[in-house]
Amino acid sequence: MTGTLTGTAVDVTDLTVRFQSKRSSTTALDDVTMRVDAGEFISIVGPSGCGKSTLLKVVAGLVRPTTGSVSVHGEAVTGPQRNIGFAFQRAALLEWRGVRKNILLQAEMRGMDKARAAARADELIELTGLSGFEKALPHELSGGMQQRVALCRALLHEPPVLLMDEPFGALDALTREQLNAELNRIWRETGTTILLVTHSIAEAVFLGTRVEVMSPRPGRLMRTLEVDLPRERDYAQVMTEPGFGTLTREIRELLGSTSNH
Amino acid sequence: MSSGMSSIVADARQDGDQEPGGDAPPARRFDLGGQLLRLWEAVWRPGILLAIVFFFWWLASAQEWMPHYLVPTPGQVWDRMAQDWSSLMYHSYVTLWETVVGFVIASVLGLATAVLIAYSRTMDKALYPIVLFAQVIPKIAIAPLLVVWFGNGLAPKIILAVLIAFFPVVVSGVAGLRSTDPELLELSATMGASRWQTFRKIRFPNALPHLMAGEKVAVTLAVVGAVVGEFVGASEGLGYVLLLANGNLDSAMLFAALILMSLIGILLFVVVEVAEALLIPWHASRRSTTPLTTS
Repeated sequence: MTGTLTGTAVDVTDLTVRFQSKRSSTTALDDVTMRVDAGEFISIVGPSGCGKSTLLKVVAGLVRPTTGSVSVHGEAVTGPQRNIGFAFQRAALLEWRGVRKNILLQAEMRGMDKARAAARADELIELTGLSGFEKALPHELSGGMQQRVALCRALLHEPPVLLMDEPFGALDALTREQLNAELNRIWRETGTTILLVTHSIAEAVFLGTRVEVMSPRPGRLMRTLEVDLPRERDYAQVMTEPGFGTLTREIRELLGSTSNH
Repeated sequence: MSSGMSSIVADARQDGDQEPGGDAPPARRFDLGGQLLRLWEAVWRPGILLAIVFFFWWLASAQEWMPHYLVPTPGQVWDRMAQDWSSLMYHSYVTLWETVVGFVIASVLGLATAVLIAYSRTMDKALYPIVLFAQVIPKIAIAPLLVVWFGNGLAPKIILAVLIAFFPVVVSGVAGLRSTDPELLELSATMGASRWQTFRKIRFPNALPHLMAGEKVAVTLAVVGAVVGEFVGASEGLGYVLLLANGNLDSAMLFAALILMSLIGILLFVVVEVAEALLIPWHASRRSTTPLTTS
């Protein structure tokens, strides 16, 4: 199912989002246009509060655009999208369910075929190295393992598009690199289109085929940078590539120039 | 609804009925020795305190610092209990029944009200003031009215127990249902879940720890409601026995009734406590295990 879809996965056109409160209105996103091809991995970086998360939520149909339009695989987004997977900053696990049951929540809510969902869950548990922890409750797991569970849950229904909102932000550097490597592998193996919001410039470049740099609020797409690295990536190796250093420096300068305002 | 409810509860519990999964996770089997040890842990401290209280009671009454018709000796109370055991058991049963029925009705109504309040702004605005009003009315003051309306039977006692136990259930239920992590609700939306699914699988289990705290308060209050109802007009129940004993200056009987009332309260509290332990073994307040990993 995944990987077979081609063409434009996510199409964002002239998107503006304004939040209206009683006293004031805040523009979170201003005239954002972005097109993502199927199988791409887009990293979105930008200063805090620039609307990166809002962009993902609009694509997921959780936030309505004020103006402009969004479509996922040709279908206009008008309400919560079912054909996507979403990974949150905090793992957002149900603390009363074990690992496997947490992953299967996705199947229960969607009314997926039980046997197929169970088989798929076991596959993902295997893939993310959670074997042996199927019944462990979230509070018995480390932060990295919790995020792995959340990732499995987001991938259970084999969504063509996976949206990730700073999923590794709360992890220590080593666990983070490890999970980045795993995510790279999962992306290659499943062919899922991924949009990742992150604060880490290294992570953005390591994972992305393209990095979108956003400006401070109101969020605009400031610059698009193609990452010219092979799809299969390894931290130790990528770090030494001259292209990696050039790109991270360029992004840092872009973000630095905006924060001086 | 009953099958719906039972599946809600099944979902709220941590499910142990999965296929065996590797060797790493700890076994969560029922462990009798451990349970007994925990019971002992819970009991010995209050036990010592209670023994001290009994000792001073015995001392005060046996030395006749106060006359026996005011404070009977523990032995006299014991004898009185033994003598009228079957009648006391009957009256205890009546009070227990009124309390349990009142508590169950209060729980069901309270939860339903909490759901309405948590889900609908209109209901929130409309119902909360009424619920609060029902709470601040002194129950003892309306007890005679209830007896006039509903007679001397079980109804006024049950209604009083409901009225008095209702409020903590509503308040804790609303707090629990409103405490759902917004990210979990967004997650639910991305899964295309219906409102019912979200309630059943996320909001309700999430509310259980709060709700159970309210239930524990409610069950002890329900006893008070039933006894107050019996004070005002009854021909059976521990409240009636107590009132009668008071009139006859039968202090041994009065103490016996008091002790049985307290035992009913404690018994019901323990039942709710056990229900809580079975329903939410995963909650922080109930954890005994340490994390599996630290990395």
